[in-house]
Amino acid sequence: MSVRLVNISKIFPSPDHPRKQVVAVKGVELEVNDGEMVTLLGPSGCGKTTTLRIISGFEIPTTGDVWIEGKKVNDLPPNRRDTSMVFQSYAIFPHLSVAQNIGFGLELKGWKAARIREEVERIMEVMNLRDMYHRRPDQLSGGQQQRVALARAIINKPSVLLFDEPLSNLDAKLREQMRIEIRRIQQTFKITSVYVTHDQAEAMTVSDRIVVMNDGEVMQIGTPFEIYSRPANLFVADFIGKVNLIEGRVTDIKGKAFVVEYKTGHKVIASSTDALTKGQKVLTVVRPESLCLAQPNTSRSLLLLGKVVKMVYLGPTVEYELAVDGLKRTIAAVVANPIEAGFFDIGEEVALDFHPQAAHLIPAEG
Amino acid sequence: MRLISADPLLLIVIVLILASLIVFILYPLFRVIVMSVFPEGRFSLSVLGEVIASWYLRRAFLNSVMMGALTAVFGVIVGFLFAFSLSRADIPLKKFFHIIAIIPIISPPFIGALSIIMLFGNNGLITWTLLRIKNFQIYGFRGLLIAQVVTFFPVAYITLKGVLESISPTLEDAALDLGGSRWKVFRRVTLPLAIPGIASAMLVLFVETLADFGNPLILAGSQFPILSVQAYLQITGMYDLPKGSALALVLLVPSVSVFFLQKYWVSRKQYVTVTGKPTQSSPKIVSPAVKWLLFASCLFIAAFILLIYATILWGAFARVWGSDNSLTLQHFSYVFGVGFKAVKDTLIVAGLSTPLAGILGMIIAFLVVRKQFPGKRFMELSSMLSFAVPGTVIGIGYVLAFNSRPLLLTGTLLILLLNFIFRYIPVGIQSGVAILRQVDASIEEAAIDLGANANQTFRKVTLPLMVPAFFSGLIYSFVRAMTAISAAIFLVSSSWHLMTVQIMSQVESGRLGAAAAFSVILVGIILAAILVIRSALSLRYGRLGGTMLKI
Repeated sequence: MSVRLVNISKIFPSPDHPRKQVVAVKGVELEVNDGEMVTLLGPSGCGKTTTLRIISGFEIPTTGDVWIEGKKVNDLPPNRRDTSMVFQSYAIFPHLSVAQNIGFGLELKGWKAARIREEVERIMEVMNLRDMYHRRPDQLSGGQQQRVALARAIINKPSVLLFDEPLSNLDAKLREQMRIEIRRIQQTFKITSVYVTHDQAEAMTVSDRIVVMNDGEVMQIGTPFEIYSRPANLFVADFIGKVNLIEGRVTDIKGKAFVVEYKTGHKVIASSTDALTKGQKVLTVVRPESLCLAQPNTSRSLLLLGKVVKMVYLGPTVEYELAVDGLKRTIAAVVANPIEAGFFDIGEEVALDFHPQAAHLIPAEG
Repeated sequence: MRLISADPLLLIVIVLILASLIVFILYPLFRVIVMSVFPEGRFSLSVLGEVIASWYLRRAFLNSVMMGALTAVFGVIVGFLFAFSLSRADIPLKKFFHIIAIIPIISPPFIGALSIIMLFGNNGLITWTLLRIKNFQIYGFRGLLIAQVVTFFPVAYITLKGVLESISPTLEDAALDLGGSRWKVFRRVTLPLAIPGIASAMLVLFVETLADFGNPLILAGSQFPILSVQAYLQITGMYDLPKGSALALVLLVPSVSVFFLQKYWVSRKQYVTVTGKPTQSSPKIVSPAVKWLLFASCLFIAAFILLIYATILWGAFARVWGSDNSLTLQHFSYVFGVGFKAVKDTLIVAGLSTPLAGILGMIIAFLVVRKQFPGKRFMELSSMLSFAVPGTVIGIGYVLAFNSRPLLLTGTLLILLLNFIFRYIPVGIQSGVAILRQVDASIEEAAIDLGANANQTFRKVTLPLMVPAFFSGLIYSFVRAMTAISAAIFLVSSSWHLMTVQIMSQVESGRLGAAAAFSVILVGIILAAILVIRSALSLRYGRLGGTMLKI
């Protein structure tokens, strides 16, 4: 176990009221395995950056313990923890050259100049930073600065690499390239990493596991597939991607699966991570792209009947909004490859269906 | 708190700084207050009562306040005229006007007064040599007001230039686009946005004029008493320490309150125009006619300032000013002969105190911006306090505080050094704070994260980043140290003398030529020092070095 957080909480004095307090992190438990890349994902103010700074030692937790490589590090200051951070602003030393920046950690460890040079050159090769050795930071592009920041962090071979929203200062296209690059480098060196972001696509791309946080609490920990397709609660379902939430009631329990009946009278069998009881109100989570649309007169066993109220043609996909009698909310559906799947006009009746595997049940609130 | 106790070096530095701020800034002020309300060891308001009862001293108070207010109004008008013309009108000679407006800042504050006497005094170039007027009265209200406006308008200019440049011209473009006339746009957009800056500049000018000592000592005369001069005369002329202290107290209260009003209230009301990308706009708010009117006004003011400096220069070479204006080097040979000790002493005091004040200022800036510790607010306030306190008050405070054991420093080099260091740390603090606020805290965190301890982080990362601020602060405090008079005049002795004080005594004994020669050399030294520091920095930091040192 490379990183273990046990019951971590952090309370700050409120900036507005000196006597009030703000709970930034509440009872966070997390284990990160060797070589694993775990992402803390959540809206701004959810406590993800505070959690990261607690691991690095820049924040001292109000309660709880931080373990790194099997050692409790609560009392170690950041400079004596075996972590390296890639900062959101890159935090490149403006008065040092690229090579001096990258070699800074090794210099502090007291390495000989020749050995530092060799190691810096090797890492610059891997990071596609050749010929930048003597450059000054202000002569670098955003993407290059990002690489220098990453090189400066990994050259120290830290037990844990920490990323604090490292791509938020790059433009969209570079961001997509860099997240693949970061994943490649993390896999090459097999560095245990904790990555903070509010961008779900970024989290899906880089992580082995994702920790979804809200209001200082962990909402769910799981693989990208679990987080997206098997959300544990309404927050996770709603925060990640577009989602349909269809209200229903559990009418029967069949082993690990549940039979759900909708107000339209239709029934479906689906799974849940919760122990649901008979009669319980639930929401069925179905992603728009999991819905199949068809003409109402088709022979397939169809679930619901809806009417198209909105259609947006995006090229690769068509997005529909469907009104279904008996349901409060409209249903969003995305049809890929529309030329083959066919188009539906506004006002047209459509039959819709989804695979039981694509549905996931969460308890309805209240 | 845990972080501090883990770092003993940091703790020692903080304690030492707090202790020295108490001893060298607060304690002297405390002594002034004690001396004025405990004149004979017992609490008594009798001395303050005497001051209030005296018609002459009441006049002095009213005169000082009036002079401060009028200088604030006229200084800000002239400063705004310059700032507006240079930032909004497409006038020629912008660079020239900028330099002209900077010159009074880097020269001794009483040069204006000296030159006005040489122009309009009894033997004045204009009043006597040209117009042959006998007994023209320049001493008093009129002359002093002119001198103060010339001396202090550059401060308003610098402030207002910053304010006007931060107002995006696109706001004016937008207002013009919405159909406003130029005058209306100026009145409804530009001026309201500049109001907080104008208010702030007025308060600064008020405080600086109120505290000023050199100009009134030369120009006020006995018919127009001024508080700072009266306090000085009570102490050095009458040896009346309680009364001098009481006058200092009367001077202290309005200065400090207005200073903190400016710093913590008005300066927070500034509008900040948030701009994402640099906007392109050419000044359109000024019509061609107004543009030439502004140009003519700037030209007139610039000509007057040039006249003032040219007069000093000529006066330094003229045999007997006003009666025999033929050229001679005799004043310079006097300065380099009899007066050379003052030149040497001034260089020693300024040369030693400025780097020390600079380093101390950087350390305090670093602590205040980056560290959390008990007493932080106190450190910030007390170190800024010495900016607010008039030099006369500080000078009297030092006389009272350090004339007995264990702190017997009177007449030594040390008392001058300590006075200058603690008077000019705010300069370093301000530039240090400004640059640290620009440097993202994560840069230091990155160093710590990579294994640097507090000491290594400060040495390898923070300090190198602060070097430019350090040197620009250094220039400014060197200028201040070289031109200081109000506190220093109480602290000089037969063994340690200063050029500014020499200039004053030359003026008092009517040797205007020697005073002018001293002034020329003083300004020459300052210019040379600025050039040396600038070129050293631009050698080290290339193009950056030059731009970082813009005053």
